Amino acid sequence: MIRSTARQFLTDRIPMEKVRELMMSDDGFERVLWKEMADLGWTGLSIAEQHGGAGLGQVELTVLVEEMGRMVTPGPFFASAVLATTALQETASDTQQAELLPALASGEMIATLAVFEQPRGWSWDTPATSARDDEGSWSLSGAKRGVLDGHLADRILVTATVDDGLGLFLVDGEADGLSITQESALDPTRRQASLVLQDVPATRIGDGDVTAGLQRALRLAVIALSAEQVGGAQACMEMSVEYAKTRFQFGRPIGSYQSIKHRCANMLMKVEHARSASYYAARVGHDDPELAVAAPLASTVASEAYVWVAGENIQIHGGIGFTWEHDAHIYLKRAKTSSLLLGSPHHQRDLLGRAIGI
Amino acid sequence: MADTDAAEVDARVDARVDELLAEHPPAETARLEFWEAQYDKGLAWAWHPEGFGGMGLARKDQTRINRRLEDAGASTENRQINLLGIAMGAGVLDAHATDQQKQRWLRPMFTTEEIWCQLFSEPGAGSDVAGLSTRAVRDGDEWVVTGQKVWTTLAHLAKWGMVVTRTDPNAPKHQGMTYFVVDMTSPGVEVRPLYQITGEAEFNEVFFNDVRVPDENRIDAVGAGWRVALTTLMNERVAIGGSTSPRESGYIGQAVEVWKESGEDDAVLRDRLLHLWADAEAARLTSQRANEMASAGIPGPEGSTGKLAWAHLNKEITAFTVDLMGLDGTLYPEGYELTRPDRFGPHEPRKAFLRTRANSIEGGTSEIMLNILGERVLGLPGEPRVDKDLPWVEVPRG
Repeated sequence: MIRSTARQFLTDRIPMEKVRELMMSDDGFERVLWKEMADLGWTGLSIAEQHGGAGLGQVELTVLVEEMGRMVTPGPFFASAVLATTALQETASDTQQAELLPALASGEMIATLAVFEQPRGWSWDTPATSARDDEGSWSLSGAKRGVLDGHLADRILVTATVDDGLGLFLVDGEADGLSITQESALDPTRRQASLVLQDVPATRIGDGDVTAGLQRALRLAVIALSAEQVGGAQACMEMSVEYAKTRFQFGRPIGSYQSIKHRCANMLMKVEHARSASYYAARVGHDDPELAVAAPLASTVASEAYVWVAGENIQIHGGIGFTWEHDAHIYLKRAKTSSLLLGSPHHQRDLLGRAIGI
Repeated sequence: MADTDAAEVDARVDARVDELLAEHPPAETARLEFWEAQYDKGLAWAWHPEGFGGMGLARKDQTRINRRLEDAGASTENRQINLLGIAMGAGVLDAHATDQQKQRWLRPMFTTEEIWCQLFSEPGAGSDVAGLSTRAVRDGDEWVVTGQKVWTTLAHLAKWGMVVTRTDPNAPKHQGMTYFVVDMTSPGVEVRPLYQITGEAEFNEVFFNDVRVPDENRIDAVGAGWRVALTTLMNERVAIGGSTSPRESGYIGQAVEVWKESGEDDAVLRDRLLHLWADAEAARLTSQRANEMASAGIPGPEGSTGKLAWAHLNKEITAFTVDLMGLDGTLYPEGYELTRPDRFGPHEPRKAFLRTRANSIEGGTSEIMLNILGERVLGLPGEPRVDKDLPWVEVPRG
């Protein structure tokens, strides 16, 4: 049900021509599309019914995100409906959730999460960004990078070091002292920004150290991202197979040559393995310790599969695959970027190793 | 509705299992006697009809039966002892044999009183098994079989062999074949051990020198041999690729063990190990998903990748494990004794490294498996085949 609705909406409203238009635009997205997605219930898919959402889980979210991955759908869905929403669900107090989640569910508010500061590595639990408490009113100073769709966000969740550990704070996208620079991204279908914060007024989220909650949120986000990667890899494989059936050289369809056929079959294997790891991870509960294994597993397998399949897709298409007019490069850029956003395959394997005692 | 049906089936199965266990408590029953009773209760191959070791149910119901029997301490070792019979031969008989043939063969197959082997590959017919040249010539109520087969597991212990022969050399290769069940103790059957790179002979070469086979041992029609062979091969690939084992078991478990024992902490080796671990786990989850989908009656592409994936992984993992052993990796403690093995894996790492080289050859080479995935699952066009419509005798060979 979710899958067919998603496929239809994305095919009708954000087909590849639209993706191309958006990827060349300043913002990379249109708010009117966000409204339509919200009306379909997507922005509130995993938000509880009491907060205006559909109250569905990670499995349903996975299906939707996989479809978006197939179509390289641009825009802040992952930043807002996955990253920011999950972070709030895993760290915010009941009162704060009641206050913030309805606006996210309705699509009225777009939010994102700012946790990374270093150009290399994905450490997030001891940020240099600091928070000052002035009799209950907080202000943040520091810098963040890799903030997905930061330029579109109405609100940004920002991590900062506080006396009692790691704090998470909500700042307004237009707050005084906050400067947001949209970076020129390798993947123009998913924008990112850098932030500089100078005494930016902020609201503290949750109570005390949020390391555990944020870790759960990042694991859940990694799992959702793996589903998007599966969708993208599947699309690349289908593109290759279709081309291999219709492109003739030496008087035969190129898919009849084993060099091409076997490459396509290997694509299928990698896609199916990634799908298995991703679907499995989506079924692990957010408070199950198995999440520490399932998330990096899904991530490393899906990241490597997508990057490989997207690259081979270009090779199978030959010269045309390297052109701007062909869609193959859009997927390659998404694939490479996705494999790095929340931790490279090597980094994820390191996390996996820690979780399984290797 | 479907749930009620499933619940009803489960209840019927459970009742039958309860009966078997009550009448033949595993702890007090000899294995042979238990397996006889299991067959007679229809709990051997759940999907076979009543009277032929089954209850007319689905394949997945057998999984439930096996689990219950194992929980009750009953032996399911017959499935290993007579692997080729129970996993493949039974499927062939179920699909192609007469009731009389089934009555004769199924029960002693299940009880392991009669071991089965499969004789398809020949020195001149490997991946192109349909090009085989073992001849069967009709002589009254009998056929006279002459030729050579290779890679025959269990031939030295087998009572019955599933043999594909050429009965019409003037027909195109797929049309001129006929399938027989041959008594491996007949005069003219010669079984020789075929030593492998491990120094063991798990397999055999089998020579048929004017072996007389009664026509009543023919499976399906004269000329239908290829169709029957395909049923066998399908069952074989299900048997090889379809099992699901626990996480970190098998050779990846061994690699982890060797890593931990070595006290190694090199970052490059650790990443390599984790890479293999993740790939093995993804393959395992794929087998699991394939089984779930198959049980739900939705077979998908995930079911076709297992054999291919494990062939590759087993080779990579065991090679890496030997690397981890350093200079010890260059030793071969068992020695090359040229013996017949008393068990089939799992092996210690160095022997495993050698043995797994065959994983991408046995049961269909990985190249053939990739063709199958490409052509049957992805729908890619086949390669031109020069021998397709030629009479078999005119096909170039060498």
